[in-house]
Amino acid sequence: MLEHLIPVLAGTLGAATPLIFAGLGELVAERTGVINLGVEGMMLIGAIAGFAAAADSGGGALAGLPAGAVAGMLAALVFAVLSLSMAANQAACGLALTIFGVGLSAFIGQHYVSFSLPGLQPLDIPGLVDIPVLGRILFHQDPVTYLGLITFAVVWWVLRKTRLGLVLKAVGEAPDAAHAIGYPVIAIRYGATLFGGAMAGIAGAYLSTVYTPLWVQNMVAGRGWIAIALVVFATWNPTRLLLGAWLFGGVTILQFHAQGLGIALPVQFLAALPYLATVVVLVLISRDKRLLQLNLPASLGKPWMP
Amino acid sequence: MSIPPPPFSGPPAGIPRLELSGITKRYPSVVANDGIKLKVGPGEIHAVLGENGAGKSTLMKIIYGAVQADAGQIQWNGREVVVANPAEARRLGIGMVFQHFSLFETLSVVENIALALDEPFDLKALAIRVKEVSTRYGLPLDPDRLVHSLSVGERQRVEIVRCLLQEPQLLILDEPTSVLTPQAVQKLFETLRRLAAEGVSILYISHKLHEIQSLCHSATVMRGGKVTGTATPSRETPASLARMMIGRELPVCEVPAYTGIATPALTVNKLSLVPDDPFGTRLQDIDLEVHRGEILGIAGISGNGQAELLAALSGETTSTPDSVKLVGLPVGHLDAGRRRKHGLAFVPEERLGRGAVPSMSLADNATLTAQRQGLVKKGFLRPKAAWDFAKRCIERFDVRCGGPGAAARSLSGGNLQKFIVGREIMQQPIAMVVAQPTWGVDVGAAAFLRQTLIDLSRQGVAILVISEELEELFEICDRIAVLAEGRLGPAVPKAETNAEKIGMQMSGLFAPADKEPAHATA
Repeated sequence: MLEHLIPVLAGTLGAATPLIFAGLGELVAERTGVINLGVEGMMLIGAIAGFAAAADSGGGALAGLPAGAVAGMLAALVFAVLSLSMAANQAACGLALTIFGVGLSAFIGQHYVSFSLPGLQPLDIPGLVDIPVLGRILFHQDPVTYLGLITFAVVWWVLRKTRLGLVLKAVGEAPDAAHAIGYPVIAIRYGATLFGGAMAGIAGAYLSTVYTPLWVQNMVAGRGWIAIALVVFATWNPTRLLLGAWLFGGVTILQFHAQGLGIALPVQFLAALPYLATVVVLVLISRDKRLLQLNLPASLGKPWMP
Repeated sequence: MSIPPPPFSGPPAGIPRLELSGITKRYPSVVANDGIKLKVGPGEIHAVLGENGAGKSTLMKIIYGAVQADAGQIQWNGREVVVANPAEARRLGIGMVFQHFSLFETLSVVENIALALDEPFDLKALAIRVKEVSTRYGLPLDPDRLVHSLSVGERQRVEIVRCLLQEPQLLILDEPTSVLTPQAVQKLFETLRRLAAEGVSILYISHKLHEIQSLCHSATVMRGGKVTGTATPSRETPASLARMMIGRELPVCEVPAYTGIATPALTVNKLSLVPDDPFGTRLQDIDLEVHRGEILGIAGISGNGQAELLAALSGETTSTPDSVKLVGLPVGHLDAGRRRKHGLAFVPEERLGRGAVPSMSLADNATLTAQRQGLVKKGFLRPKAAWDFAKRCIERFDVRCGGPGAAARSLSGGNLQKFIVGREIMQQPIAMVVAQPTWGVDVGAAAFLRQTLIDLSRQGVAILVISEELEELFEICDRIAVLAEGRLGPAVPKAETNAEKIGMQMSGLFAPADKEPAHATA
């Protein structure tokens, strides 16, 4: 039993990594009142930029991730200029960004269809990896997965313990009040939106250069949407977001194994299972209306001008 | 509440704390401030008196750096300064308590205060200082409470303490008493006098004459964006101040006696409701009865169940059939449209958004609510009938606008309110529920609206008015009840009560006879 379980749990962490990055980025942006529905598009742009940088420079994933982050950030900048500086409708801008990302990544990706990359070898954390069972689950991962968990810890700490976290929340809660006491609301929202873009770009680049290091059109496959759903169902709480991402990762890996075992269910159904399971479970645990209302950034999605 | 003004040794010698000259601010459609002059000395409590729309708030925003003036100078302690933004104002030593509080609902008291201070982030140390300052000035606060759980008065304390922690030399208060009980007003005044005695200058914005007379050393009066005079309030009468403020005598309402038979028209029976909104108030055992020919006033600070009670009366939230009755007919389970058909009319607090659709014309807005006027026939609109209806309403109620085709949002607050009240009256209702009838309305329109409501009631309509303005309730109502913490006190004839008693009840202290004390366990 255990020899089956260890690879499943170990795989879960890797499968959850893109959602952790993209979800944390979107969470920070939404905390300031900006809902960016362009996560899927930013991930795709990050994925192709990362893949191209990795393939062309020969630098592999190490070149791919920064390239993905920059590309994601540029995509978010377009969104920010339209929706923050020009106060355009955030939902419409975000959807446009996603459609743009799908098209742009497919267009650039034509040149890379037959390429594949070396990927990243798992990095064993010395000492810890020798812990029975747990060591092989937690400490035999690719470096980016560790980076994702470190990012989670940093975001959690900033939101919970620092003035910056408080300011982010204040801007999302009541931009007028934040402006009245002298905070640069638009600049703060820009910062959060660009951070969200960079995180989505890293998530995309991780998919294309580490997780499945070859280029397939539309390879993000809806994970950007799941990241947005996770943020809402996690009631803007990073810890819940992490649990949601692991749930998605776990079901993803499980259904791979189920396919391998030849379980008599249509492959399409199994492939849809992670999305279905994540949404159902999260809807069930976030039914508490009060919790949702208390945590919902009150200005979410509303354009604001000084 | 006729407390004599505190001793103040005349205009102080030396340099004024703040001196404005020639401050001008133009907006596309209006000159909000036109060559404003104003001078405040150290330790002086200076009133800025004026109606809604006189330009007081704009002027204060200019001093606080939230708005930039087009022309004019600001001298701060004798030195010319440019206040580029609120942070700059705070660095100079200017603090402001806003009319609509600039607090963050889901954050705690100490977090709210920390956001406004430019100092190292240490919530624990700050909480201790908050406690110290709040105790010293008689403004008790629990630093760890979440703001949304505080009463309006407590929220104002948070704002004041937040300013005090920055050790301001000038404190600006914009209509600070509009949300306070009469007792809380007295406490606030004590705090302000104490601050002034310590040398803090205070700019006190208000349109309430008796407050200014009991608190302020000097006053600048504004009308239509200009300074119309300066005064020493203690040497003026309310009438003379009012003349300076509105340019003519203060209008007074006539309240004739009702000659018809006073039968119950609108009855609320043991209404209890748990709100959907986590920030809402629970209504508990509300009982009330409004008779034909009377105006029943509901006093209280908003946030004590006013919004919930209104929604329950209008039909936005439904309850059991018998909890709301219209001339004996159970309507508690009906939605707002059906209640209108049965003869209940409503004037909500939010004019744009609830009372009228902002982007639609007055005629179209009339169609939406005039169920009893046949503006819709077999599901088809009758635009001509709606147009005529809106036109009659505009003429009869003196609504200044561009005609029935004008968009609701193009009207001023007072004129839109006249249209909405008029539209409801022309439905020939049996009972009418009105919330904040004159909020944000100029004195002339307010007097007209009050008289209209009185006249309507004397024609045999039962009227329920929910208002935060105690003076207004005392002017127009026959009986007054207090809504506090979701419970409604008994309706007492106006002659048998006064502001003091009402104020006590607003704090939730109903006399023991009013509510059975056995239930006081919650």
